[in-house]
Amino acid sequence: MTAASLTETEVPLKRRLRRAERARQVKALALVLPLLVFLLFTFAGPIAGMLWRAVDDHEVRQVLPQTIAALASWDGKDLPDEKTYAALASDVLAARASGTIAIAAKRLNYALNGFRTILTSTSRNLKAAPEPGTAKETLGKINPAWRERATWTTIKDAGGPVTGFYLLAALDLTRNADGAIIAAPPDQAIYREVFIRTFLISLSVTALCLILGFPVAYLLATLPPARSNLLMIFVLLPFWTSLLVRTCAWIVLLQSKGVVNDSLHWLGIIDEPLRLIYNRFGVCVAMTHVLLPFMILPLYSSMKAISPAYMRAAASLGAPPVTAFLRIYLPQTLPGIGAGSLLVFILALGYYITPALVGGAADQMISYFIALYTTETANWGLASALGAVLLLATILLALVYGKLVQGQQVTGGMKN
Amino acid sequence: MSENSSLRTPSQRIAWTATIVVSALVFVFLIAPILAIMPLSFSSGAYLTYPLPGLSLRWYEDFIASPRWVNALKNSVIIGVASTALSMVLGTLAALGLAQWKSRFKPLALAFVLSPVVVPGVITAVGLYFFFAPIGLTGSYLGLILAHTALATPFVVITVGATLQSFDTNLARAAASLGASPIEAFRRVILPLILPGLASGALFAFATSFDEVVIVLFMAGPEQRTLPREMFSGIRENISPTITAAAVILTTVSVILLATLEALRRRNERLKGGGA
Repeated sequence: MTAASLTETEVPLKRRLRRAERARQVKALALVLPLLVFLLFTFAGPIAGMLWRAVDDHEVRQVLPQTIAALASWDGKDLPDEKTYAALASDVLAARASGTIAIAAKRLNYALNGFRTILTSTSRNLKAAPEPGTAKETLGKINPAWRERATWTTIKDAGGPVTGFYLLAALDLTRNADGAIIAAPPDQAIYREVFIRTFLISLSVTALCLILGFPVAYLLATLPPARSNLLMIFVLLPFWTSLLVRTCAWIVLLQSKGVVNDSLHWLGIIDEPLRLIYNRFGVCVAMTHVLLPFMILPLYSSMKAISPAYMRAAASLGAPPVTAFLRIYLPQTLPGIGAGSLLVFILALGYYITPALVGGAADQMISYFIALYTTETANWGLASALGAVLLLATILLALVYGKLVQGQQVTGGMKN
Repeated sequence: MSENSSLRTPSQRIAWTATIVVSALVFVFLIAPILAIMPLSFSSGAYLTYPLPGLSLRWYEDFIASPRWVNALKNSVIIGVASTALSMVLGTLAALGLAQWKSRFKPLALAFVLSPVVVPGVITAVGLYFFFAPIGLTGSYLGLILAHTALATPFVVITVGATLQSFDTNLARAAASLGASPIEAFRRVILPLILPGLASGALFAFATSFDEVVIVLFMAGPEQRTLPREMFSGIRENISPTITAAAVILTTVSVILLATLEALRRRNERLKGGGA
């Protein structure tokens, strides 16, 4: 064969291979696609919808359209002009006829406490459209609030179509009449405390899991496989037991006439039953119990990968056991500690069921408030805004976790 | 003992003993609550305290006689089985595709597919509540099955994906070279080899749905309440020992799932060991 004929047959082969590879890639994508589309509908779409609700502000615009249009040209320095008052009167009459006044009243009441009364009293007392030129006077007589600038600023701010109101409220912030961002009034400023509480509970649970999980993981990684597999059941059984069963079990154990209090009483350690549940202690104990396997398993696999030869080498070079442990063993478990701690922390941040069942009013985490505003008070904007903050925190931590686990795989490959 | 051979100094022996003692305490912490709740379901008294006044099966009879609990068990099984089946189809296809797909978007797609595990349950539940309510999927079995499938599929993708990673693709090529059609090759060569992985994935998916309560809390109507949902209101309202009977039933299901999974893992290890 000549060199020329070789290249002639080679090129089509290359092209054929490339074409086959492309067909394979299309086929692979076609296999993944159904799941991607499914998750778009059942997961990403709903979450995007929730994020939209955190900034969506259509209620007032929908109920008081003429007022919002008239306020668009208002400079906010003085009271609005007569035209705007007339627009409001006409909107209120239309809204009363269609029964939508409560929708706007609810939204405006979030921004300015008492707005519900202003709007409903106006709706009740405004018999007919005021004579031309008297709208300002008529409305002011029905409710003096219409003579205040803040009332109108509130309507203008709630005019939508998007708002930062809920997101600001989720961070205990609000806008004053001049549009500057200021701290929310103390009676509404509760979320920063809830976020800090969520963070602190998650942190304590993570620390407890690490303290309890480290020796167990070490034991399991050091014992011969036959025995460690047997002991692993103690970790896996709780892992697979229903969350509700475990939460219920802790209530049975920790209640005032529960097993723990009875035993302590019987041993003569206490006279009065200790308060062990429906408080912070109960939440931390139950959550640690639920999340401990998520710490033990990553720790175990990182410890399993550490060759005992390193410790022997350290010992043969004269390192005392404590030094060898601190300087040789512990650093190698750091990726496992990081992965396990982050995993537990991420999962703890979003906890709802356990604190709701074994916590008191002062132990509820952020998820509780998201659920509360969704189902009980139907303040969906605020629920979504709190959800957005929680989601952001989770995603950021998950990205760090992803980097950490990825890095671990790389070093694991290098060690092998 | 191999683990004792390196323990030469007294301080090492003390450290090792301490490890064992602490671990034993942690094992008690992990297991004791689950064990403590079980005998209460056989109590003849109405209070959840020890010592038991006597033994009886009255709380199990109560469970079986109560339409609320029986319906909840039925719902858990219906929703669990349906979402397992759906997530197996979607997850297995996706895992097969991901194993062959080479693209710089692959990590992104994988992160997206796995994200339902990481996102807090309340966020998924609230999003679904807003999204499904206008299209009539709240208060329906279909809505719950779809939602649970979204949560369970990542576990199928992970488990089946791990199995495929250890799968020798030359076997599929050999089948093709011997004249098997792609479908025949899948059915007769690939499927039997990845079947244990598929079974583990199905167990994970079922357990995920069977244990899920947050989405059910938001989306289920009175007709679709599942066992964990019924336990949630039971714990909230008043803890009657019927709940402990439900807990024992749930735990039994967990133990069966765990034991099956363990058996599959052992079988897999044996096969691997035999091949080496």
